[in-house]
Amino acid sequence: MDTKAFLIKYGEIGVKGKNRYLFEDALVRQIRFALKDIDGKFDVTKESGRIYATASEEFDYDEALEALKRVFGIVGICPLVQVENEGYEALTKSVLDYFAKRYTDKEVSFKVECRRSDKRFEKSSMEMNAELGGMILDAFPKTRVDVHKPDVIIHVEVRKKINIFSEIIPGPGGMPVGTAGKAMLLLSGGIDSPVAGYMIAKRGVQIEATYFHAPPYTSERAKQKVVDLARLVSKYAGPVKLHIVNFTDIQLAIYDKCPHDELTIIMRRYMMKIAEKIGYDSDCQGLITGESIGQVASQTMQSLYCTNEVCTMPVFRPVVGFDKQEIIDLSYKIGTYETSIQPFEDCCTIFVAKHPVTKPNLNIIKKDEKKLDGVIDELMEKAFATVETIIVE
Amino acid sequence: MEVYLDNAATTKCADQVIDIVEEVMRKDYGNPSSKHMKGLEAERYVRNSAEIIAKSLKCKREEILFTSGGTESNNTAIIGAAMANKRAGNHLIVSGIEHSSVKEPFRFLEENGFRVTYLPVNSNGTVKLDALKEALCEDTILVSCMYVNNEIGTIEPVEEIGKIVKEYNENIIFHVDAIQAYGKIKVIPKNFKADLLSVSGHKINGPKGVGFLYIKEKTKINPLILGGGQQKGMRSGTDNVPGIAGLGKAVELIYNDEFDKRIENLYQIRKYMIESLKKLDGVTINGVMPEEEGAASAPHIVSASFDNIRAEVLLHALEDKYIYVSSGSACSSNRPGLSSTLEAIGLRKDLLDSTIRFSFCLETSKQDVDYAIVSIKALLPTLRRFVRK
Repeated sequence: MDTKAFLIKYGEIGVKGKNRYLFEDALVRQIRFALKDIDGKFDVTKESGRIYATASEEFDYDEALEALKRVFGIVGICPLVQVENEGYEALTKSVLDYFAKRYTDKEVSFKVECRRSDKRFEKSSMEMNAELGGMILDAFPKTRVDVHKPDVIIHVEVRKKINIFSEIIPGPGGMPVGTAGKAMLLLSGGIDSPVAGYMIAKRGVQIEATYFHAPPYTSERAKQKVVDLARLVSKYAGPVKLHIVNFTDIQLAIYDKCPHDELTIIMRRYMMKIAEKIGYDSDCQGLITGESIGQVASQTMQSLYCTNEVCTMPVFRPVVGFDKQEIIDLSYKIGTYETSIQPFEDCCTIFVAKHPVTKPNLNIIKKDEKKLDGVIDELMEKAFATVETIIVE
Repeated sequence: MEVYLDNAATTKCADQVIDIVEEVMRKDYGNPSSKHMKGLEAERYVRNSAEIIAKSLKCKREEILFTSGGTESNNTAIIGAAMANKRAGNHLIVSGIEHSSVKEPFRFLEENGFRVTYLPVNSNGTVKLDALKEALCEDTILVSCMYVNNEIGTIEPVEEIGKIVKEYNENIIFHVDAIQAYGKIKVIPKNFKADLLSVSGHKINGPKGVGFLYIKEKTKINPLILGGGQQKGMRSGTDNVPGIAGLGKAVELIYNDEFDKRIENLYQIRKYMIESLKKLDGVTINGVMPEEEGAASAPHIVSASFDNIRAEVLLHALEDKYIYVSSGSACSSNRPGLSSTLEAIGLRKDLLDSTIRFSFCLETSKQDVDYAIVSIKALLPTLRRFVRK
């Protein structure tokens, strides 16, 4: 393969005014991180408003492309053939060679689009468009020119070097991670929360995560599954700091003292409180959950109203308006589905009442929560004191 | 204190086994199929292990086929025998409480045109012999029954089964899955007229990834793995020499003069554990009781059901105290769905998900059992307080 570099196109960053360089630098950093473990070395450089990832040795093309497709902020990835600028004669040879390797036998329509930033170059862009087009037509009789809706656009750019490309592979879009603050994801072992984390990370937000572990009611394998999910999210979001909270005693206290049909709501209120506190301590500016309206009893609008009430941080629920199937589709796409459906119970499923409240009343919940007075503060302290934090990447 | 009571899932490798495995890997790494000295040295290990195993089974060395373990032995036995004998008939018989490595091959054969009869069992887990007599027919070519049930430890009446089968038609092939039996009781295939018998290495302090299938001479059976023709064409692929050497050593360490004494001791441990468990509230013991007549249990398995407790929660709570047990059968607990053995013996529905299997090794002591019992006793009230309302 003659492709030795990728031209990275980015979208929204371009309009960010004087902060632009911050966004570009973040994108360069994320691209370097993504390509770190790929077979082959890359130089990632910023050059007059563009980013190039250039291989300095042999590399695995598919692997590199997959990695780039996971970097938020990238709108398009152009596999690039780069040749030295050795004049027009040499350029025509390279273009014909490029075309021959890709489109020889196909009946394609095409047009040539040249740009030169090197204005001293011997031909103008318009001249080159016409001449190169003619040469391709002569060399490959099956092809035809279509300037309005061509199958293929052959881009030829004359810069310090000459870039030739014709393919733009869509990237994930969004903003480079690290450009929009930090948020705490409530990560369970389910399908929804990893997707929620992915969606917020896509907007440039760095992700930390909190998992509520309840041994012996949840197993070490359930915990391992959450670590695995955090690792999958980190493929997009970069390294994820995962906080594991031992939630057993709090859960049992609620079970003991509060009405059983309110258990899930009260439990979730404490989860939010704990996640928010850990979030404050690590400079997060928001919480993220995988809640979707009406999916389960604790996610009706009334329930969300009750669980949201304990937080002062904004709570982001990016999948709130999605149907389950839409969330599943997205989890397939980002590669978390297979891990999410492993059958280890998480703490949400074991104590669930047969008929939980679906329209909780905040005043009643608060009144029932009072029954925890006297024990809960100490249990919360203990939970915070025993948080286990690991960095997953 | 760490107490490993999950020896029916797997056992710790014996030190001497590890030594010989290491020696083969480091020094005698040759391929037994090679013509030079290095190959010959490697071949000696294989031959030696086959001899040790043959002695324990009172059979010939040539009747031992090394495999990758219990699952492969069962697959080879069942699919290989059915394929080789399909012209003689298409009816197969198997007990209803088999391990999935037996059950699934039968299901596979069923999908491929064979007719399978699944035999019911009594409440202690023994196969109903009348049902076997009824099921046998002209078309029957293969009967398979486990020797010891992996979930509740019941010893199946293989002697009677062998007799019934062979008296009906001596050409019917009789396969015995002895994976939980070998190393715990004396296993002599000719005593119960078995033609095929499966054993796994890692259940008897040997390495994982190795086992064997006893194939009585002249038994018609096809190989499953084709290639370079190793082991007389019955299983191609370079022999797992370190594993086979380790397996031989493991067998040597178990079947020696001490065997009867050590097994008797294990029976005492089992009896002691059952008595101790019975003293706790709301505990049901499954399988054959120590004092029961007319049926027997293997010495190393105790299956107990706990009222109002989810087995997995008790398992993880015990794990917290470094006591390792399993819920149902370890192989099937990876999958949702409940144990078919417990269902087949007619266990109360609410106990299906409340059953723990404790399984011993030769080193398990009374102190280990005491520690487990004390821990369980302490856990039961707390765990019972927090059940799904």
